[in-house]
Amino acid sequence: MYSRAYKMLVSLPPLFWVGVFLLLPYALMFTHSFWAVREGFLVHQWNLRNYYTLLSNPVYVGVLFRTMRIAASVTLCSLLLGYPLAYYLSFHAGARRDLLYQLVVVPLWVSYLVRGYAWKTILGSDGVLNGFLQYLHLTHEPVAFLLYSPFAVVLMLTHIYTPFVFLPIYAALEHIPRPLVEASQDLGAGSLQTFFRVILPLSIPGLLAGATFAFVLSLGDFLAPLLVGGPSGTMIANVVQSLFGAAYDWPLGAAISVCILFITISLLFLTERLEKRWSFK
Amino acid sequence: MNSSSPIRRAPLLTIYAALVFAFVYLPIVVLFLYSFNRAGVGGFPPRHLTLDWYRQLFADAPIWDSVLNSLIVAACSVALSLTFGLLAALALDRATFPGKALFRRLVLLPLILPGIITGLSLLMFAVFAGAHLSLLTVFLGHGTALISVATTELFAGLQKMDRAQEEASLDLGATPWQTFWRITLPNLKLSLIAAGLLIFTLSMDEIAVTFFLIGRDNTLPLEIWGRLRRGITPEINAISTLIFAVSVGFIVIWYRVRVRGLGAEAQELLERP
Repeated sequence: MYSRAYKMLVSLPPLFWVGVFLLLPYALMFTHSFWAVREGFLVHQWNLRNYYTLLSNPVYVGVLFRTMRIAASVTLCSLLLGYPLAYYLSFHAGARRDLLYQLVVVPLWVSYLVRGYAWKTILGSDGVLNGFLQYLHLTHEPVAFLLYSPFAVVLMLTHIYTPFVFLPIYAALEHIPRPLVEASQDLGAGSLQTFFRVILPLSIPGLLAGATFAFVLSLGDFLAPLLVGGPSGTMIANVVQSLFGAAYDWPLGAAISVCILFITISLLFLTERLEKRWSFK
Repeated sequence: MNSSSPIRRAPLLTIYAALVFAFVYLPIVVLFLYSFNRAGVGGFPPRHLTLDWYRQLFADAPIWDSVLNSLIVAACSVALSLTFGLLAALALDRATFPGKALFRRLVLLPLILPGIITGLSLLMFAVFAGAHLSLLTVFLGHGTALISVATTELFAGLQKMDRAQEEASLDLGATPWQTFWRITLPNLKLSLIAAGLLIFTLSMDEIAVTFFLIGRDNTLPLEIWGRLRRGITPEINAISTLIFAVSVGFIVIWYRVRVRGLGAEAQELLERP
């Protein structure tokens, strides 16, 4: 029904734009990772040294593992907060459900930076939490370990990704046919048994989607460590950022970026597979 | 069984859900309260409430310059990404071309990749093309990255659209151009508004990509970022509270649009013979 000219007219401009402003930049990132820096200048000499450095330097490997650990903790914490909340809304909230749903979504619209800043003012050594603890006479000296630690990074990112994790889980729970749950109860299964044998397995696709999202986005975050992480909370994206800035080693930075990209894409691929296996349609 | 979802008492779960809500809202409440605190951003309890920080904020020229920069970048990004997003959605919906699957994945990449990767790739491209970093590079970055959001929303809109109207229009002798302006575009109005609002908000708040593409003129998030490194005052709480209020305003508009759309659809369904 659409003419050849129509099809050309709608596909050529976006193809051109995306080719120049997305494909080319990503391709440049890829090629940079095989180049080198000599005496402060970028030389287009193809080699694998950047990847070798990345894998053999214990500092980079250490930061990469710490980043994975932080991302895994964020994922776990967001699931522990987001799943029960979604379950409560879907099965127990009754008439208040729509209002509560909106209340979970609203913080998604609050600036990332603003929320990070808020945690900074709460956790600081002369911050709100320390003021509160001293007000209650629970402590007499400020507790200093709260801010500028991996803990603070996990806390801030968990706060940001809990609503993100909540959304797909809630959608999955809402799609579970209620007669299945009732059948399970009628056949004599207790609440716990119904949850673990019926509800949880059916909500796995939503759970996987939320978990992947939280993990992937935490993995590449460089702002939370700068805001609340301090030196002990440095993550892999901060290494990339400094290699592109003060340290001036774009090829090595590009190699690490390609590595992050590779982890991200393989995870997305893997969960797509798993989601298909667990979906009940 | 007389109810499809019986509400059973689960006191522990209710308390847990309330605590999660408290955790999610705690920083926002703290931010709001301390924007009125004369003594600064810390300490407890907040005392000597004042509007001084708001007064200081309204007299702060660099902040308002950055707000203006952000508004310009966001408005231009909405125009750019809606244009290419609409074409991309039409192409994905109606055309076949080699590499279509790759194109779909490529367009969505900025949505799923960490911002630093997209930001640095665009920085390399700017250096490669010999461009000076400025608000123009920030706009090109936002506009391009957010094509992903526009394409997703508009593709969903196209999938829901009734093709018969377009066919009728073409059969009755309208040119494809007329059909596009009189049938396709009006049918996509809600998706366009929703995508536009979302893109505008995301661009106003964007920091990971902007971080690498910014020149001398700051956007609002980058201005706040710069101040955070210099030491903090409740002035930042005040601007954050205002941003929050504006965001909530946007959500209300967004729901109005959605609800009105739903209302119109429901009415149409009722009037159907």
